[in-house]
Order: sequence, then C-alpha cells, then structure tokens
Amino acid sequence: MTSFIIRRLLLIVPTVFVALSFLFLIFFALPGDPANLIAGGAERNIDPGVIERINERYGLDEPMTTQFVKYWQRTLQWDLGDSFLTRRSVNETLGQRAPNSIRLAFWAIVIEIVVGISVGMVSAIRRYSIGDRFTTIVTAAASAIPVFVLGLVLQWMFAVQPNKHDWPEWARLRTSGIGPDSWAFFVIPTGEQWRYLILPAITLASVTTALLARMTRGSMLEVLRADYMRTARSKGLRERDVVMRHGLRNALLPVVTLIGLDFGTAIGAAVLTETTFSWPGIGSQIVDSVTARDLPVILGLTLVVVLAYTVVNLIVDISYAWVDPRIRLGKGGQS
Amino acid sequence: MVDAPAALATSPFTGKEVLLSMRGLRAGFATDDGFVRAVDGVSFDVARGEVLAIVGESGSGKSVTAMAILDLQPTLEIAEGEILWKGRDLLAMSENARRAVRGKEIAMIFQDPLTALNPVHTVGRQIGEMARIHEGLDRQQARARAVEMLDLVGIPEARKRADMYPHEFSGGMRQRAMIAMAISCKPDLLIADEPTTALDVTVQAQVLEVLLDIKDEIDSAIILITHDLGVVAGLADRVMVMYAGRAIETGTTHEIFYETRHPYTLGLLASLPRLDDVGDEPLVPIVGSPPSLIRKPSGCSFHPRCRFARVPGNCETDDPALRLVAGDAHQAACHYAEELAGVTVESLRTAVDVTEPERDVGLPFDRAVVEDGAVVEDVAVAEAAAHPGVTDRAEGQVDQWPATGQGPDDGEGNR
Amino acid sequence: MTLTDQATAGGAAVAPESTDIADLGTARPLRADVWRRFRRNRLAIVGLGFVVLLILVALFAPWIAPYSITDRASGQFRQPPSADHWFGTDNIGRDMFSRVVHGARVSLRIGISATVISLVIGLALGAMSGFFGGTTDTLLMRLTDVFLAIPYIILAVAIASVVGRSENSVILILGLTGWLFIARIVRASFLSLKRLEYVEAATALGFSRTRIMFRHILPNALQPIIVYGTIAIGSVILAEAALSFVGVGPQEPTPAWGAMVAQGRGSLSNAPHILFFPGAAIFLTVLAFVFVGDGLRDALDPKLK
Repeated sequence: MTSFIIRRLLLIVPTVFVALSFLFLIFFALPGDPANLIAGGAERNIDPGVIERINERYGLDEPMTTQFVKYWQRTLQWDLGDSFLTRRSVNETLGQRAPNSIRLAFWAIVIEIVVGISVGMVSAIRRYSIGDRFTTIVTAAASAIPVFVLGLVLQWMFAVQPNKHDWPEWARLRTSGIGPDSWAFFVIPTGEQWRYLILPAITLASVTTALLARMTRGSMLEVLRADYMRTARSKGLRERDVVMRHGLRNALLPVVTLIGLDFGTAIGAAVLTETTFSWPGIGSQIVDSVTARDLPVILGLTLVVVLAYTVVNLIVDISYAWVDPRIRLGKGGQS
Repeated sequence: MVDAPAALATSPFTGKEVLLSMRGLRAGFATDDGFVRAVDGVSFDVARGEVLAIVGESGSGKSVTAMAILDLQPTLEIAEGEILWKGRDLLAMSENARRAVRGKEIAMIFQDPLTALNPVHTVGRQIGEMARIHEGLDRQQARARAVEMLDLVGIPEARKRADMYPHEFSGGMRQRAMIAMAISCKPDLLIADEPTTALDVTVQAQVLEVLLDIKDEIDSAIILITHDLGVVAGLADRVMVMYAGRAIETGTTHEIFYETRHPYTLGLLASLPRLDDVGDEPLVPIVGSPPSLIRKPSGCSFHPRCRFARVPGNCETDDPALRLVAGDAHQAACHYAEELAGVTVESLRTAVDVTEPERDVGLPFDRAVVEDGAVVEDVAVAEAAAHPGVTDRAEGQVDQWPATGQGPDDGEGNR
Repeated sequence: MTLTDQATAGGAAVAPESTDIADLGTARPLRADVWRRFRRNRLAIVGLGFVVLLILVALFAPWIAPYSITDRASGQFRQPPSADHWFGTDNIGRDMFSRVVHGARVSLRIGISATVISLVIGLALGAMSGFFGGTTDTLLMRLTDVFLAIPYIILAVAIASVVGRSENSVILILGLTGWLFIARIVRASFLSLKRLEYVEAATALGFSRTRIMFRHILPNALQPIIVYGTIAIGSVILAEAALSFVGVGPQEPTPAWGAMVAQGRGSLSNAPHILFFPGAAIFLTVLAFVFVGDGLRDALDPKLK
C-alpha cells in the first residue's frame, strides 16, 4: 500500500510538469505574438509602441527558454502571475474565487453520491421495472442535455416563473449570483443563501449524477450475478443484507475509479454552471478572462484546475486501493 | 424453532431418520425458446449420516436439483413436486421459515471458492457471519467460531488466517474455508456442488477427506453433486445418476460401479480412465452431446446416444420409468436393464472397437497412451458428424443458468 | 478427465465457430444479424431516425430555411413563435427557425470532422501502442495521461482563446483533444486481441506485422471504435455548443446553437424561446447519437454491455 502511494505520487510529477509546460507553450509560444493578443487581438491594428511596452513589461521579448524558466520559477514559488487587465495578482483572485467553487462542488457531490448511487442500486435491483426504465431514459437525457441549457431551463422554471405568476415566497429561487454569501462551517448555507445555491448545485450535479447512476446500475447488475451473492443467500441472510453487506461494496469498487475519470467532465460542467448562474467561482473567472483575453489569469487558474484534478485522481486511486483488499495488501487477486 | 413432525421415516440404508425427501420435482426455466425442463420428475431420500452422490454431465439437472432445495436460483420455476425437510415441505414454507433453514440446517459448499467467497471481506468474517445470523453471536464470538471452524478443517494458524482475505488463500485452502463456512452452524445436511472441480488433483483428495471427517464430526448428511466418478467412488454411500433432468439409475455405490444396469452409467464408466488400466484399453466415449431440455428426444432421452438402443423399437417410442431392477433398491430407467446384467466395463471396452485400424496397429506403448485423448476426440467428432441430428439437438442444450447467461438484454455497460 | 469433458470438447470442434484465418477480415455474415438486433431496440431506431432527419435538414438547409441567417426583420426583436417565424425571432430580429436549421450544418460539420480527426489520431496511436508495446506504449500512454490531466473543456477553452474563433479552429481543437479515450480503447482491444489464438496463428504462419495489424487485428478492434465514434459525434457537438456558449466558438453570424443559447440568456424572462429552440436542438441531437451508439453497442456485441 505504501509503495503503491509512493509510486502513484512519483507518477504525478512528470505528468504535471509536462501538462503545465504544455499550457505555457499554448499561451506564450503558440500565438505568434502574445503581446498583440494582450493588447486586443490580431484583428485590430495596434500601435507598435504599445506592443513594445507590453513586451517589455511582461518580459515577452526575452528568449522563449528564459521565459520558460521564469515561468517555472514563479510557479514553484506559487506565484501565479498578475492579471493583464486589473493588475491584481492571480493568487488573490484565486483566494476569492476558490471557496465558492468548492462550496458549489461540495453540494453537487453530495447530490451526486446520494442520488446517483441510490438510484443506480434500486434500478439494478428492480431491473426492468417501470422505475428502472424511467431511470435509464432520464440518465441518458441528463447526459445529453447541455449543462447551460439545463441551468437556464431551471432558472426559467423555478426563478422566472414564480415571480411572473406570484408563487408563494418559499418556492421562489434566484437566477444568478451568489447572493448574501453567508455560510456556516464553510459549506452550510445560512439564511437566504440556499435560494441561490440550490439551482446551480442541481445543475452541476446533473451530468455526474446521471453517469454515477448508470455506472452503479451496471456494476450492481454484475455483482448481483456474482457467486458470492449466492453464497450469502445460502447462509440464510435477508435479501436486503445480501445486497447491502455483500453487494454494495463490491459494486462501488469499479464506480470509484470511474468517478475519478469523470472528474474532468465535472470540471467542464462546473465552468459552464458557474458561467450560467454567474456564480463567482474559478470556472466563471476563467471564462470571463477568456473573453477579456487575460492570459495570465487563464493560465494561472487553469494550472490550479489541473492540480486539483490530479490530486482528486490521486485520492480516488488511493481510496480505491484502500477499499479493495486485493490491492491494499500488495498483490493482485490470483485470477 | 422448526417444530418437528411426530415421526420421521427412517432410511433402509442407515437406519437413521430421513432428513430430506424430494418427491417428483419438476422445475425449469422459461426462456425465449421455450421452457427448459431442467429437472423432470426427480425423487430421492437422504438420511442422516449418509452421502448421496448425484452424478451427471453438465445440463443433466444435478445442480438445479440442489438449487431448488435451497431456493438459490430466483429464475427457477418449480412446476410440481415437494421437497420434504424433516417432514415439512420446503416449497410450502414462508420465506422467513426457509431462510431459517438455509445455512443453519442445510448448508451449501460451492464449486469455485474464489468466486464464491466475497473478495472484500475477511475469511473469518464470512465464516462467522452464518453463526451471527442464526445463533445471534456477537462479533467476538463469531470470530472465535470462525477460528474454531478453520481449525477444524485443518487450516494451520487459524487465528491469523481468519483475518486474511480470500485472495491470500491458495485454492485448496479457500475450499477448506468454504467448508468451514458451511459447517459453522453444524447443519444437518451439506450440499456440495462439485466441491473439488476447481482444485488441483493433489488437493482434491485432501479436501474430500476433510469433508468426510466433518460429516462424522457433526453427524450430518451430504449431497455430493459431481460429474467426476472418481470422487464418487471414494466418498458416496449411494449414487443417483441423472440424465436430461431425470434420475436414470440409483443404487449403492457398489451397485452403480459393478452391477451397472443402465447404458448411460456404463458409458460414463467406460469412458473413465482407471488406475488399474494398463494403458492399452481404449476409452469408450459416449457419442454426441446431451439433448435439448426444451425438446427432448422421443422415447428414452438417451436413445440417440445409446449403443444398445433398439431402433426402431420401444427405445424410440416408450419412455422407460425408473424401476427396481435388482436387490432392494437398485433402480434403473432402461427397457433392457436386465440384459445388461452380464455387461461390464471391461467387456464393453473389448467389444467396442473405437480406434481406427491404422491407428490401432504398431503404436508404441506410451504413444498409445498419448494418443488416447486424440483418438477419443476424433471418434466423437466423426460420429457426431455421422449423426447430425444429435449435434443439432445439442445446440439447444441449456446448461447455464439463464440469469447468468449473456442474454441479449443482459447487463448494462459501465460506459 | 472424464468422458463428458471430452465429449463436449469434441462437440466444440464441430461447432460453427471454428476460426478460419482467411475469414477474419470480413464480418459480412454478421451484418444482417447486427441490423436485426439493432432494429429491436426502439430507442436506437428513434435515434437513428432523428440523425437521418438531421442530416437531411443540414443538406437541404438553404431550401428548408425560409429566411437567410443574417436577414433582420425590421423592428421585430424577440418575437415569440408565429406563422411567419416558427421559432420566433432573436435579439436583433433574425428568424430563429432558419438559424436553427442552418445550425444543424455547423453542428454536424464540426461533430463529424472533429470525430474523424480524433479517430485517425486515436487509431494510429492506440494501435501502435497496443501492438508494439514496450517503450512506444509507455511513452504514448504517458502522453495521454498528461492530456487527460488537463480537463477537456479547460484545454479547449485555453486553446480557443489563443488560436481564435472560427469553425475550423473549433474542429481542430476538438479533434486534437478528443483522441485520448479512442487511443485507450484501441490500445485495450489490441492488447486483448494480440493474445488471441488466431493472431498467434497468423504470426506463426509468418505473416508480416503490418499485415497482421491491419488484416487481423484492426477489423476486430473496430466494433468498440464504431460505438465510441458514434457517441463521440454527440459529445463533440455538445462540446462545440459549450465552447460557443462561453464565447470561443465560431464567430457571428455563424449560427452555432450554443451561441444562440448564450444570446437567449439575457432574455430569459421575456423571450425564453430564443434559448429553448437551439437548446432543444442540441439536446435532441446529442441524445440521438447516444441512443444510436448504445443501440450499436448492444447489437454489435451483446457481451460488451
């Protein structure tokens, strides 16, 4: 187990190095003239003096290798650079934005796990029932509907309509923004906060919940056929105990790895959800910076996202190994 | 818990009470192609202290019979018959009452201990679980019981082993653990479904020995389900041979092996290499494959593969009933059972020339041994080709549980 | 060991699955069977119907659309659906129906082209990785690891923000970022197929490596690729919509569905139709491809489920 973790940790280093270097290349080497981009884009004619000043200011006229080394020096010191536009440091922006992203993600994950796993389990156990068929169609639909369309439809249904048709106060949700920004224990919404949280959380959870329900169902169906489930029944266990004690853990094993892989999808969904709901998180900031062509902010925040993604996958892998005794104990199963 | 009926019948063989009595069980599976009659009118008794072997090819219905007793196959439909357990019909019991029997009074040992044991729980926990459910033991007591049981089945360092996971055990140890699990509530009946098939030959004997010792230790009965006549010879008191969902011959082990009265049993025996073979006896295969259980052949189900079948004749038209053919309880389902009295495995092997002439002459001794398998296979293929009807029917053969098969609507992808 | 085993072994030898190396390249006898199984899946048929409809709409868009995509009906901003404008008009008075119809062209063009690019790259790299193994495999798989460490949409947004916003750049971005899973799938099927008996037989018969790769392994690795490719067209369309929504997709006046939805965002309360119609178009298109892909998967290989 320890050697597994060490090996897994060592693997991260080259991956992150190459990935971040790649991002650097995209932003500073790929565009023929980054200064031009910063000044407003290739479409416009920009005063050469402005370009020169930008080059000087951001060290863009230095050789690529020097820039690259400097980029890594800064990155290793956890200096994410400064915004071209506001001149604020990206670290500061990150400090403001990250908690909001984490709060939203936390609730989305709660919804995902509670709804996804239970729906998947019930669907597998009551296979071919009306509920199962319904679930199959809903999960397919949820993975096909664009996050932003779902978000906007939800806004229209639960925030626009209630105001138009004078619904009772408790049924009115809010379309966008973070609202009062009041939290207890970092993640628990207090006061009116829930009205702002609930729609984006559901929207963000939709895609991954559907995926998780599908995966859990498939995995559970496989487990229900397993020999050890028959063994458990032959012991005289109640069917419920057979499923919960012998089925659940085995069914969730493959699901755990897939959660890690789908975290990428979740990040994409987060970018779109935050944008749709104007939720002041990292994702919406990236989109705003893209629109404003604020390269250092995009690069800095993307770097953070890549790191977060890597760390989540690391945690997933380790917990997977920890849950499965065949891996935890250092050797694979014999078959 | 289970109220015992006034008096249980005693077995004529052991003089002890009959525990399980299956009466005319008919059961099967509904499939797209029709109803698979997996068990087609099977009756037998098992008394305390006795080992009954149920023998047959895959698809003969032997495993389904076992599953029916414990109701472990949700898709199995029982059409007819009763399964009396200590005088009470299991099929008429409530689910709760049946669950109380499962594990506590009738326990099952499965074929493949690697897949039959849960990979994410320790062996000790899986063994102790049964006692926790049925005897209400707490965690510590259950663990103690598990250690005790592991010790009983001859696993060294049982205390340490109880905390290990199935994948850390060797094949033979896993099967011992499986046995330890089955016996942890001292059941009256153990059903062992091919308990040694997944094991190395050297380990098989050890495991069987453990099984027999345990049986005496806890004074239970055993139903041994196997296709391996070698296992039967060393273990069983009585044998029931099944073919196409029917019992076709029953008797004591001695009767089945040395006074065989059914061509199928004879065929099984003749195809089995024996330790006293000197090496040049040909193995006589049974040609063809088991029949479809949806559309069985007319008359005797075995007649298309039978060397003695009289076709045209009553083998083709009349289904022979299981009847007393010799002794007190030697029964066979063959119209001509009496005529088989003089036929032994040896005489069958000499009478049937399975080898082709050019292969028969001039082969050096050891070569012939090596060739045996090939010869047998070639003949089987050739004859199967010569009787296309036999293989055609064989394609409909169902020897898999429908639920575990890969039906067109089966499963849901992970991606 | 016993007769029963041998009898079944003998039986298997005469069974129809006997593998003939010469036959492996062609899956023709199976085709009718695949179609029969596919047809039984109602959702897949509905999906296929929609995809066919979509292709027809895309092909004949100029004839179907009553207006041009740039025509502005004067003074008719954000009109709800009517007989003149079936899907209403947008923020600057353009006919939504015409734009949604033309949007099908954009989506399909991007979806198919990008998927083809991904398939070519994924097939080539995955096949090399799985077939040659060793260092090639390690390097290529590390490479996919690196790319997988950058979330798809972030990578696409990042590249798009730098290389500019045109239909072609979107195709390139999505094509160049979409091959990762394809490469993995191809590699996995190559690895498992490489060990199969007929491939070993072909090796033993002295066929060249390229011949084995293209004639014997590739046709058999195609099934999962066809399935994934179909679903991938849907995913690419979804991703394109997302890029357009955040503003890095093809530029105006290209009628990209995602951009239309983004435009409708501001008029959510008084003109929800502006986002409903293109939104529904994206949703139905992606769903149709998912259904077709699922149906194909089930029909091609029931065991793959």
